[in-house]
Amino acid sequence: MNVFKNYFKSLFLLELFRGLSVTGRYLFRKKFTIMYPEEKAPVSPRFRGLHALRRYPNGEERCIACKLCEATCPALAITIEAEPREDGSRRTTRYDIDLFKCIYCGYCQEACPVDAIVETRIYEYHFENRGENIMTKEKLLAVGDKCEAQLAADIEAQAKVR
Amino acid sequence: MTDKLVTFEVNGQELQAEAGSMLIEATDAAGINIPRFCYHKKLSIAANCRMCLVEVEKVPKPLPACATPVTEGMKVYTRSPKALAAQKGTMEFLLINHPLDCPICDQGGECELQDVAIGYGRDVSRYSEGKRVVADKNIGPLIATDMTRCIHCTRCVRFGEEIAGIREMGATGRGEHMVIGTYIEKSVDSEMSGNIIDLCPVGALTSKPFRFNARAWELTQVEAIAPHDSLGSNLNLHLRGNKVMRVHPKDNESINETWISDRDRFSYEGLYSSDRLTSPMVKKGGEWKEVSWEMALEMAAASLKEIGDGDQIGTLISPTSTLEELYLAQKLMRGLGCNNIDSRLRQGDFRMDATQNSVHWLGSTLSDMDQMQTVFVVGGNIRKEQPILAHRLRKAALNGAKLHYLNPIQIDLNHSGEQDICTPGEMAGRLAAVAKAAGVKASGGAASLLNAAQADESAKQTAANLKAADGALVMLGAMAQAHPDYALLHTIAAALAEATGAQLSILPASANSVGAQLAGAVPHLQAGGSVADHAGLDTLQMLKMPRKGYLLLGVEPGRDFWNGSLSMSALQSADLVVAISAFRSPELEECADILLPMAIFTETSGTYVNAEGRWQQSRGVVRPQGESRPGWKILRVLGNLTDQAGFDYTDSQQIHDEIHQLCESATLDNKQAAPQNLEPQLSADGLLRGGDTPLYACDPLVRRATALQQTQDAGSDTIRLHPEEAARLGLDGSDTALVKQNGNQIDLPLQLDERIPQGCVWISTSLARTSTLGQPFGEVTVEKA
Repeated sequence: MNVFKNYFKSLFLLELFRGLSVTGRYLFRKKFTIMYPEEKAPVSPRFRGLHALRRYPNGEERCIACKLCEATCPALAITIEAEPREDGSRRTTRYDIDLFKCIYCGYCQEACPVDAIVETRIYEYHFENRGENIMTKEKLLAVGDKCEAQLAADIEAQAKVR
Repeated sequence: MTDKLVTFEVNGQELQAEAGSMLIEATDAAGINIPRFCYHKKLSIAANCRMCLVEVEKVPKPLPACATPVTEGMKVYTRSPKALAAQKGTMEFLLINHPLDCPICDQGGECELQDVAIGYGRDVSRYSEGKRVVADKNIGPLIATDMTRCIHCTRCVRFGEEIAGIREMGATGRGEHMVIGTYIEKSVDSEMSGNIIDLCPVGALTSKPFRFNARAWELTQVEAIAPHDSLGSNLNLHLRGNKVMRVHPKDNESINETWISDRDRFSYEGLYSSDRLTSPMVKKGGEWKEVSWEMALEMAAASLKEIGDGDQIGTLISPTSTLEELYLAQKLMRGLGCNNIDSRLRQGDFRMDATQNSVHWLGSTLSDMDQMQTVFVVGGNIRKEQPILAHRLRKAALNGAKLHYLNPIQIDLNHSGEQDICTPGEMAGRLAAVAKAAGVKASGGAASLLNAAQADESAKQTAANLKAADGALVMLGAMAQAHPDYALLHTIAAALAEATGAQLSILPASANSVGAQLAGAVPHLQAGGSVADHAGLDTLQMLKMPRKGYLLLGVEPGRDFWNGSLSMSALQSADLVVAISAFRSPELEECADILLPMAIFTETSGTYVNAEGRWQQSRGVVRPQGESRPGWKILRVLGNLTDQAGFDYTDSQQIHDEIHQLCESATLDNKQAAPQNLEPQLSADGLLRGGDTPLYACDPLVRRATALQQTQDAGSDTIRLHPEEAARLGLDGSDTALVKQNGNQIDLPLQLDERIPQGCVWISTSLARTSTLGQPFGEVTVEKA
């Protein structure tokens, strides 16, 4: 009896048609595929992309060189040197993040007492030369200046749960 | 206090302690932790922070452990609910006014308040009112203040009163309005002020040169020996990577206790001076050219050999060098037939060398220093020469010791003591008066002085105190050693010590002054401290009778010498000057022909023998800068290149062991026969110059420590003289004056100072401008500029 049944199934390609029916169903559904880079996936406010150093609205840099991010960094990607600025305030003279070492864990952001070091939503970047993997203080501040509106909004959105 | 032991119980554990001692001492010894801020083992008990409250059975209220004496059968609970509630309550009160600025506070990570707050603080503050703010004070170039952070433990105040001996910090106001500060707006000038940085449990007082440079968790700690004064204070160096970031004291009860002087604490800045010599250099046609090590060493060896006659070479070694460097330098040069080796660069008279057959030292151990009953200091301002030794003397004075000083300038004492002030020319006579009062018979080299001496009341008092004391010292300080009649002072002081039963103490001037004698880096003693077979020329003779060639080790022409101008002219006239140095200076570049860069303190391993003859080794903990190499390696290769045997060391330990073996029979002893016919070299008439070496001008490293150079103790290029003397010289009203000494002249600012005796002008040596003059004690003329 079983032999008979299997013979019929193979003769009329029943399994094939059952599979094709799934294909047919999805053929007319709404598409998941995004046409990257023309289209982009939505990004969470908690996304951990390229780093940035933020400033206060009056233009003063936030970072106070407390070195907690350097201490907490599990990949030892952050290097900071500090000294008193001319006005006597505590500031960094060097703030480097090695993006080759960084594992984007976000601990630096968590450790920062003044929300200075943050991870932005930027995930599209590349390096063409040696040394470009080091994000210097100037580069980080420039990223921060570019993304400040988005960063402020993201931090605001998460303030309740952090 | 009695020695009776009492037995009591802490948290159920049975402990024993001396009756009368405080509870916190017993728990500290037993390893039971009680939180505290104001208590410090070396300071008096204030019991004002209330953090150490503990519960004691049958006592209704919690008691402060630091101010509660142990009693028999007492039962203490440090972690009971009542004790914890008291401690947490105190913590909450302390945090009311403490700012939450740990991220920008230099103490963050090593803060006692942070640590205790982890254990005893609440996670959320219940306090929402405004916090107290206190204005910061500028208390000098060494200590940064953030007075809002102060928790009023008063450790700094007590340190000033009890240890430094000058009340610089104090508390004004009460309760919430209490403020710690200097009474009048002034800087903190104590020579050991840096210790309040360590004492401050919070970030109110922090190190200014270290400000914001590194975090406690980035630093690794290694041990070292301080290379400046003759105590050899034990240090903890804090390194980040290959750089010394700061210096802390390391406890050593028999040397520096828990303190270090500011000179030892802040001199590390000099290591990173832009003056560091980082590659071998050779002068060709007046131009300095960088060359390879091979070339420089071969040139140095060849040109030293070329001089041929060893007696035509002079070897001058800094007494701050390590024992290994001192030993190898003398071994190298004695091997070349040169016996002219000296490291006593600031001594003014070498007539005692003829009869010296043992190694001169402090004459007492450092820990015996505070037990002395009478100390008579001749020509010494110990506070501004060796601050931690002065602290020992101060402890003796507080114990009731009588201190007498005979000086050519009135000095600031931080303890009770009698000062006898006279002109430099009268010093030997005044000392002879004390000797006469003590019953010293006129004989030997100082007979005529002793015959002429008249013992007055103060001399009699000094002699009587020396005789009466059980444990007395007659100490010859740096100013006595720089005196042109040091031999006379030494002879009379030795006779005085003998007559009164006191010990003679010859204060070693520098980190390795005792080591230099043991290593044979003096003309009259050879390695092992025994009398040399062929005595060579001393520093002064080497300069007065210029040699054809000189080898300098860690020495800076001009500023490191007793007679700056003489050193410059002698070295300039030489055909060859090979300088092994860590730093370059315009004077050195002018004199030298070959410069070999040397690694110094922290970069080289080596041994220091301190004033009491204690051998202490330190390791090289950071890489030498640039091309520089440890001094012992340079000297070792020079030994090989001059074809000498016995220079095959691979390790500085081998050199240390070799010296140690030679020194087995060496004796530290200040006794020696008095030389005959000692004629006074300094006349008592006419206008005389007096001069000291300022605290922060003593060696090349300190002179480059920028923060120290901004303090008062760095000294100033000025002429100081008594107002009446100024009037007599017709200088009242003028700002500057022209000084002439030995044919050199400079104009310097004038400063009226009543501490200078009349008939004397005070011009410190070793400073940028004054080092172009002559010796610190001698005839001088001062006239209107």
